[in-house]
Amino acid sequence: MTQLPPPSTVKLGLVIDLDTCVGCHACVISCKGWNTENYGAPLSDQDPYGADPTGTFLNRVHSYEVQPPDGTAQLIHFPKSCLHCEDAPCVTVCPTGASYKRAEDGIVLVNESSCIGCGLCAWACPYGAREMDAAAKVMKKCTLCVDRIYNENLPEEDRQPACVRTCPSNARHFGDLGDETSVVSILVAERGGFDLMPEQGTRPTNKYLPPRLKDQAQDIDILAPFLAPIATDPKGFLGWLDRALSKLPGSQ
Amino acid sequence: MHPAPSVIIFTTFSGLGFGLLFWLGIGLPAVTGWVAFVFFAIAYIMAVGGLLASTFHLGHPERALKAFSQWRTSWLSREGWCAVLALLIMAIYGAGLVFFGSRITLFGLLGSLLSVGTIFTTSMIYTQLKSIPRWNQPTTPALFLAISLSGGALLAGQIKFAIPLLILAGGLQAYVWATGDSRFAKAGTTLASATGLGSIGNVRSFAPPHTGSNYLLKEMAYDIGRKHVVQLQVIGLTLGFALPVILLLLPFSHWTALLAVVSHITGVLAARWLFFAQAEHVVGLYYGKR
Repeated sequence: MTQLPPPSTVKLGLVIDLDTCVGCHACVISCKGWNTENYGAPLSDQDPYGADPTGTFLNRVHSYEVQPPDGTAQLIHFPKSCLHCEDAPCVTVCPTGASYKRAEDGIVLVNESSCIGCGLCAWACPYGAREMDAAAKVMKKCTLCVDRIYNENLPEEDRQPACVRTCPSNARHFGDLGDETSVVSILVAERGGFDLMPEQGTRPTNKYLPPRLKDQAQDIDILAPFLAPIATDPKGFLGWLDRALSKLPGSQ
Repeated sequence: MHPAPSVIIFTTFSGLGFGLLFWLGIGLPAVTGWVAFVFFAIAYIMAVGGLLASTFHLGHPERALKAFSQWRTSWLSREGWCAVLALLIMAIYGAGLVFFGSRITLFGLLGSLLSVGTIFTTSMIYTQLKSIPRWNQPTTPALFLAISLSGGALLAGQIKFAIPLLILAGGLQAYVWATGDSRFAKAGTTLASATGLGSIGNVRSFAPPHTGSNYLLKEMAYDIGRKHVVQLQVIGLTLGFALPVILLLLPFSHWTALLAVVSHITGVLAARWLFFAQAEHVVGLYYGKR
């Protein structure tokens, strides 16, 4: 059913720390690996070793350069996947009911056996979180690794999304953003987590943590005093030399 | 947005077909027998042909029946219902006219209402998308309705309605094009709001996530052909609306009427191509477009 459920108390989602992400793309690869081998149609590639390779990815890492008014430019790596929005526009546009938001934990999923591949949900998503698989002809999107997080066959430390589990810089955090006392909620509150495109009215569950303020290096230079300008009014021999040279043609 | 031929053909010809069905339903022209058969055949070929074309862009057209299930929220589903109901009711109404020479007024009016409903729901599929500011405005359904009803009046030979409606549709199209370029900026979505990094400073895309293209770029960051925008706009307004009006003002002959129809369809196809090709999706911001 593509009617959105009433807001759930449990809101599972990701918190992505733009301060610590190093842009290694490990989350992209682990996502592609897990989601190709497990739930749903595999994430196919077209012409993977040819001149014009393309493929389906549920998570992609952009890099942006931000130039503050003062100081040097900052390079910020920016992973982007489905934000599991509270008011998910991709869900309500679906004509078949293939797109849905789970009432129990707020995860937005696609029932691939009902998807007609019309692509309207991908148009409705402002974030580019949905990609039509060119081989399976159905819409693919981040499942928040729903087949990992509840999977009791996995060791407990693996029961989190593949991207979070693999992140070597701890830039990705998974948890319940509906619970104010959860680790992710505290992280968002303390670091000033924000929504992407708030003006689109989607109310995303996933939050992004801004880069921390950059400190300014103090001007410490132990050699500086020794390099201070020499006296401007030389006396004695140097004074005579200065005056004599100044009289020569071409002197200033 | 990627201007897929299937969707351009669908919106243009279905719009015309349902536009013609609207006029037939209200009894303009009040035809029966073979003449009615020809009118209804033209309307059905256009409406059904367009709908069939729209299924060509589906990944799994064999599951298309499922698309009738979500009419509570989905404009695409509502369009499916309106189209099927309009075609069924107009078939009964048309059979009455063709085979029995009798006009079932109630079915005709209901069919007309559903035909207008089909054009409106089609336009709402595009209008509802906040992610595409150029479409997300009331002029989109107004323009779809004006074009379909004027084209329908033209096909139905209702010259006294066709002339003012064509002028209205052309004027509306010109207004939409004149104001369209500013819609994206007015919507207020920028790379700064998309990344949330605008409070630090000026944001620019440094590196895309991959060296190749992808589905998002092909489908939603389409920008080929924009260099011919002005030429296509002039072609759209001239062939779609101005020339048909001039031809209708000339002394009537079937040849000028046919020329007016062909000219109108060519112009609307050009305008519809631009409708898709010019539309900018906000996801392009993430890739440094816009």
